[in-house]
Amino acid sequence: MSLSDTHRTIDAIWRIESAKIIAGLTRMVRDVGLAEDLAHDALVIALEQWPQTGIPDNPAAWLMMTGKRRAIDLLRRTKLRDQKYTEIASGTDLYTEEDIDHALGEEIGDDLLRLIFMTCHPVLSQEGRVALTLRLLCGLTTDEIARSFLAAETTIAQRIVRAKRTLRDKKVPFSVPSGEELKDRLLPVLEVIYLMFNEGYSATTGDQWIRPILCQEALRLGRVLAEIVPFEPEVHGLVALMEIQSSRFKTRVNPMGEPVLLMDQNRAEWDQLLIRRGLVALERSRKLGRPLGSYSLQAAISACHAKAPTADATDWIRISALYEALSRVTPSPIVELNRAVAVSMAFGPAYGLQIVDELGAESSLKGYHLLPSVRGDLLMKLGRVDEACKEFEQAASMTQNERERKLLLNRAAECDSRKSK
Amino acid sequence: MRFMMIVKATTDSEAGVLPSQEQFDAMQKYNEELVKAGVLLAADGLMSSSNGIRISYPEPGGKPKIIDGPFTEAKELIAGYTLIEVKSREEAIEWAVRMPDPHGFGHGEIELRQVFKVEELTNNAELLLKETALRKQVEERKQT
Repeated sequence: MSLSDTHRTIDAIWRIESAKIIAGLTRMVRDVGLAEDLAHDALVIALEQWPQTGIPDNPAAWLMMTGKRRAIDLLRRTKLRDQKYTEIASGTDLYTEEDIDHALGEEIGDDLLRLIFMTCHPVLSQEGRVALTLRLLCGLTTDEIARSFLAAETTIAQRIVRAKRTLRDKKVPFSVPSGEELKDRLLPVLEVIYLMFNEGYSATTGDQWIRPILCQEALRLGRVLAEIVPFEPEVHGLVALMEIQSSRFKTRVNPMGEPVLLMDQNRAEWDQLLIRRGLVALERSRKLGRPLGSYSLQAAISACHAKAPTADATDWIRISALYEALSRVTPSPIVELNRAVAVSMAFGPAYGLQIVDELGAESSLKGYHLLPSVRGDLLMKLGRVDEACKEFEQAASMTQNERERKLLLNRAAECDSRKSK
Repeated sequence: MRFMMIVKATTDSEAGVLPSQEQFDAMQKYNEELVKAGVLLAADGLMSSSNGIRISYPEPGGKPKIIDGPFTEAKELIAGYTLIEVKSREEAIEWAVRMPDPHGFGHGEIELRQVFKVEELTNNAELLLKETALRKQVEERKQT
């Protein structure tokens, strides 16, 4: 194996093992920043030694052991003879290979979970959580994170440093909450994962290669989480939602990079494997027998589309019901607007219009161009062309997106030509 | 990127001999590792070729010829596959190397192959489309 081959292999091993090693070391030193440094030290030693000695049979155990030795060296050197030191020193019997194997096997799920709870801790800013999670749990480099968020590398580096410092200053514990608290603390974790996913999914600009990485990493982390906390339905719900949305990754934009509406996508190009995985994940959520949460409901809606062989075959009645349930779990005017569309498809535009008109008074939707846009669409279907025209014009004046404005003005012009006929 | 780890068949697997408990456990443990790492997409074992068929097209444009199994040359046959989603080719290799010996008597063979992405298959078509559109624009401009 050539030197560069070995380095590439070490890279790959690092990607597979780094989160576990950082988690294991954090358990030992109770400081993610320090744990990451120690893990990096171990990596550097590996990069020096492995090209000569060959790659060890159990590289993860080797890295973990090396990291732990470094931790003890460091603590001895700094003469940090506080409780932390005593704690660690008493744990030196962890040195045998079996113990480390054990630590990497049985308990590692717990350590990983503790690490996820730490990087997604509410004391951190949303941006800090995302950056730190991508760095420590997904093993992305600062440069990769910067490119995926179209930000400067220094900005991301600072964000990560700040997040680590906050965790240390606020003495955020390396622990898994239990019972009800676990459910509460899981919410920001799911939020971070879905935010990562959406950042990669909704963007059609930016680096062609790096943006999909965010989706893949979010999905991977979601799958990992689903194995560690299999008893939480919303984790499976989120995984289901991401699997099904990923199945449309290719069809969501046309060759010119313009978004393609779900109803207009070529269903033959949807990834059936991911759809099936999504449906299985949704089933896991359902089987836990609790009322469906927000992610599971969104996944169920997404599944309705995924299961329809053609756009015409969509089960809009079921989708309407799911939106109704969703609007009860997470009431929001946007969900209501979506429900209006689903209801109009299921029961006719007049029923949809009724919901939209009730929403008209909603102040949070003022300036939201999709409200008049949907209203215009429903009015058009009801043959109220004059009113539809006005709605489209209004929507066009509200949108910031040039492409969308053109589309809306076209629809307004279409109304005009119908009138003159 | 997606990779497929293909486990080659042996005379034993073709004869319908099931893997030993030990092999089965090792494979199970390995699959669990893949699941825990969030990289496993699908994995299946195939029945022997004796209930398979082969469809060939000896005449270009002609009718397909159907041949019933079993087929000889066990090494050319597939006994199972594991589909993973990873970030790099090296990561795929690392996982493939960690797969336990599937047969355990010197005949085990695993082949690692990268899966085409729809994007990769269609990218050329898209580029072509864009290029044609551009050329057309240039032509139109020339004419005016």
